[in-house]
Amino acid sequence: MATYSTNEFKGGLKIMLDNDPCSIIENEFVKPGKGQAFNRVRIRNLKTGRVIERTFKSGDTVEGADVVDRDMQYLYNDGEFWHFMVPDTFEQYQAEKNAVGDTIKWLKEQDICTMTLWNDSPLSVTPPNFVVLTITETDPGLKGDTSGGGGKPATLETGAVVRVPLFVQIGDVIKVDTRSGEYVSRA
Amino acid sequence: MLRQRARLLATIRRFFLERDVLEVETPLLCQTTGTDPQLAFFASQYHDGSSSQTRYLQTSPEFAMKRLLAAGSGSIYQICKAFRNGENGQYHNPEFTLLEWYRVGFDMHELMDDVVDLLSLLLDGSILQTGVERIAYRELFERVTGLDALVFCRSSYRTYANAQGLVDADRLCGDDHARWLDFLFSHCLQPAMAGQPICLVHGFPAVQSSLARLDADDPRIAQRFEVIVHGIELGNGFCELTDADEQAARFEREMAYRRNHGLPVVNSDSRLIAALRAGLPNCSGIAIGLDRLLMLATHSSSIESTLAFPFQRA
Repeated sequence: MATYSTNEFKGGLKIMLDNDPCSIIENEFVKPGKGQAFNRVRIRNLKTGRVIERTFKSGDTVEGADVVDRDMQYLYNDGEFWHFMVPDTFEQYQAEKNAVGDTIKWLKEQDICTMTLWNDSPLSVTPPNFVVLTITETDPGLKGDTSGGGGKPATLETGAVVRVPLFVQIGDVIKVDTRSGEYVSRA
Repeated sequence: MLRQRARLLATIRRFFLERDVLEVETPLLCQTTGTDPQLAFFASQYHDGSSSQTRYLQTSPEFAMKRLLAAGSGSIYQICKAFRNGENGQYHNPEFTLLEWYRVGFDMHELMDDVVDLLSLLLDGSILQTGVERIAYRELFERVTGLDALVFCRSSYRTYANAQGLVDADRLCGDDHARWLDFLFSHCLQPAMAGQPICLVHGFPAVQSSLARLDADDPRIAQRFEVIVHGIELGNGFCELTDADEQAARFEREMAYRRNHGLPVVNSDSRLIAALRAGLPNCSGIAIGLDRLLMLATHSSSIESTLAFPFQRA
């Protein structure tokens, strides 16, 4: 894998840090007029999702991380692993619980999502920003209520629970923003 | 922004005209350059028929201006481009505009008065109403970190850095006192000054004396100060070192450091040493980054926005 010097640091660059793959969020070059130059970097650990701040001496090099994002189709869960496939090549990957994390609650079989691979192994799964899912369970709504005030919990076909307006019924298909977990509209 | 830059330059020129400080120009392409290991220079080749010669784009006009001072110029200032290789970021452009001036007969504190007078013309008045803080380096360092800047103790420095979540400090700085000071100054002290419009931090530890004279009463302290505006470094001022032997010794140390650390080696400026031997008058001088000053005066978030064509588009 390539190595990168601090002057190549920029948002999105994937590097290895303490044996974990990380993604640079923000890089700040700190250089006093007289004195040592540093790079202060905000980094996301791609394994844990945690964001940390680290400092490098300018000119130092770090090892790059072999991290790529690929669009994949979610196939099924066999009880232990979640299985995904690259639509073009039919290559299949199996991901563990800690890789799919919370994302899986937004995915139904056949949906397309983004899989992040580290050294060709699943690292994390990102759902589309918006998903369209059917409501399987919610309290009966009040007829005629079309406002956004109030709301009630609704369980979706994937198991996710979102707050929806009172007029939305079981069997309705709704659009949800996966980044905020919020109801957007009926689909 | 172009107009604001032009206005800034006009105000500076009027300021120095009123104070009888002479504007000068010195070469950008020089036969020698600063030996400071922390400054990377641009080298270029001059060709004259069959012979060729290395010329350096200046990292600052300091040496040439001191030669003028030694030749009896009196107080002088210059607005010019300076070039520093590899310095590119939110607050850095590899090619930037410096305002450098020297006041003959001024001590460090008189020069600080000069700086405040100039900044009060250039930064909007509201910045100055909240006041100018003058503070000794050691006092500021102690106030922010609880540590003594003059007495290096790696374990207490490390304990402080780790408590601040700066886990890389000890690995990066090791037993290098000056580097620890750079690290803690940029990571802890500057952010602590973010709320202060103008901060003049004076009396740097001698390990960071650069081209400043050491304090006659306490040789652990150098007569160097920095101008910090809202936590951002704007310039470095010195009560200038006039001792030729001491200057030659500092050059030697810096060149040895360069050789030992695989950095490009450059000859020290023998003409500057000769000028110091001939006699540099007692004076204080400072260099201020004008692009950064313009950035602060216009509340811009990056140096790029102050430049007609930043480095990527130059």
